[in-house]
Amino acid sequence: MNAPIAALNPAHVSYVLRIADGSLILAQRLSECCGHGPALEPDIALTNIALDLLGQARLLLSHAGALEGQGRDEDALAYWRDASQFHNPTLCELPNGDFAQICLRTFFYVAWQAQLWTALSASKDAALAAIAEKSSKETRYHCEHLAGWVVRLGDGTADSHARMQRALNYLLPYTNELCVDDDIDLAAAAAGIGPLPSSLNDAWTAQVQAVLAEATLSLPASTPFRSSGRRGQHSEAMDYVLAEMQSVARAHPGAQW
Amino acid sequence: MYTQAMDIPNTDGPTAVPAINEQAREAEFNERAGRGEIVEAKDWMPEAYRKTLVRQISQHAHSEIVGMLPEGNWVTRAPSLKRKTILLAKIQDEGGHGLYLYAAAETLGTSRDQMLDALHTGKAKYSSIFNYPTLTWADIGVIGWLVDGAAIMNQVPLCRCSYGPYARAMVRICKEESFHQRQGFDLLLALSKGSEAQRAMMQDAVNRWWWPVLMMFGPHDKDSQNSELSMKWGIKRISNDELRQQFVDATMPQGELLGVTFPDPDLRYNEARGHYDFGAIDWSEFWNVVNGHGPCNKERLQARVDAWEEGAWVREAALAHARKQAARVAAAAA
Ligand SMILES: [Fe+2]
Ligand SMILES: [Fe+2]
Repeated sequence: MNAPIAALNPAHVSYVLRIADGSLILAQRLSECCGHGPALEPDIALTNIALDLLGQARLLLSHAGALEGQGRDEDALAYWRDASQFHNPTLCELPNGDFAQICLRTFFYVAWQAQLWTALSASKDAALAAIAEKSSKETRYHCEHLAGWVVRLGDGTADSHARMQRALNYLLPYTNELCVDDDIDLAAAAAGIGPLPSSLNDAWTAQVQAVLAEATLSLPASTPFRSSGRRGQHSEAMDYVLAEMQSVARAHPGAQW
Repeated sequence: MYTQAMDIPNTDGPTAVPAINEQAREAEFNERAGRGEIVEAKDWMPEAYRKTLVRQISQHAHSEIVGMLPEGNWVTRAPSLKRKTILLAKIQDEGGHGLYLYAAAETLGTSRDQMLDALHTGKAKYSSIFNYPTLTWADIGVIGWLVDGAAIMNQVPLCRCSYGPYARAMVRICKEESFHQRQGFDLLLALSKGSEAQRAMMQDAVNRWWWPVLMMFGPHDKDSQNSELSMKWGIKRISNDELRQQFVDATMPQGELLGVTFPDPDLRYNEARGHYDFGAIDWSEFWNVVNGHGPCNKERLQARVDAWEEGAWVREAALAHARKQAARVAAAAA
């Protein structure tokens, strides 16, 4: 239990950090909405999802820090890395936009997480498999809740439909990045740490398209656009997210809170 | 307190004088409530009791949801992930308190939409405390420690209030409020063991919040408008001044543990009374804030109105979808 954790290979830490950063940055974005929802119930529900994502991020960051073996804990990793050292998909860092965009972005990501957690249950990294197991239950609920909102708003009124369609046109290109493999993924998959993102693509697409169809939305034409947050090259929004999140911690180096 | 505006005159106008047979029922009701019997939603109650309760419970509910704003101001900047989690969960709890309380008030025949409308148009009040700004991270600790702490003082007796749905809501709420109070104290304890800058941040926050927190308990008993009737009805159990004294007495040893001082030169233990004496409260500040002229009144109300107005299309869409679903189900059944 207390034996030091060893990374299975150099890509291992990066592979875990990408998953951790996705949860952390999306939680950060969702927490901006807290107290400003369209009614109390959806406000509380979104905060609940933010809390679950934050919980995942803390477990995953702690695990990544342990694998890395340089004494960095969850806070060192959250507060003292710069934008280029974060590896979340760009999708997670985009500005919130309206409630349609908030719901659809979160739905896209948690639906991807749902596939990821399932595949990670077979990970040779037992701690990672355990985190995936724990997270999969809450993610199932997140998917259901958000799919409900995507359908409600897509099907609701002409105005809500137009807003949801606009959100879809804007966000869908950012999901391209979720299912593209790179060297880190290939190395991690070869070592049995986790799935190739490309292997999650079909199930994710099927799940998402079913919900979009029920929401009476039409799929925009596919695009060669690729965002690159997973490689550490972020959108312009990212540095602002971090500047805000890290401001107090960085004003007091070495402080305990 | 969260319902401190109960102590100021009601602007709804006077309740009509009841007819003779109503007066007899009312006397019987007052006697029952005075004995500590629990009143339920379906029971007969005097119109004035109903109105007073709706005002009190909705003020309380509004305070919970407006209270989410000053703390929400620091969620994105919480300096550790553990503190961020605690703060986010606390704000979510406050939203839940709002929900329970609106539901309790709805049992008296006023809808949540009506109550929200009263808030948004400025007719309904919420606690003056949430009209102060949160300027540093330490404010989050001080709000938990002192604001939730003061709220508990007032709310624990309400767990025994005469109206059943309100009393039951308060039982759930009080459990969570005492968590909030301990978490706030724990945040400050970390600052007290930290750097010079962290301790200064804490002291500054205490200096700014101390007097507004004492004002939360409302005007002195002699100046309080509704207290006597509310006492008779069992919807207020302990007077403003008694609660304020209890709060000061309970807070002093905690302040000592944190190593903070309070911005009141007259604050000292009085052996003869067995209580802490404290200085005169600046009631002109209190009335200014209650009447809309505090540091953040405009911003707080505007934030609530904005959220409500910007959410209108979402609520409409949810209703439209539900109607369409119902129609589809009916069509399938036909
Ligand atoms: Fe509360
Ligand atoms: Fe609270």
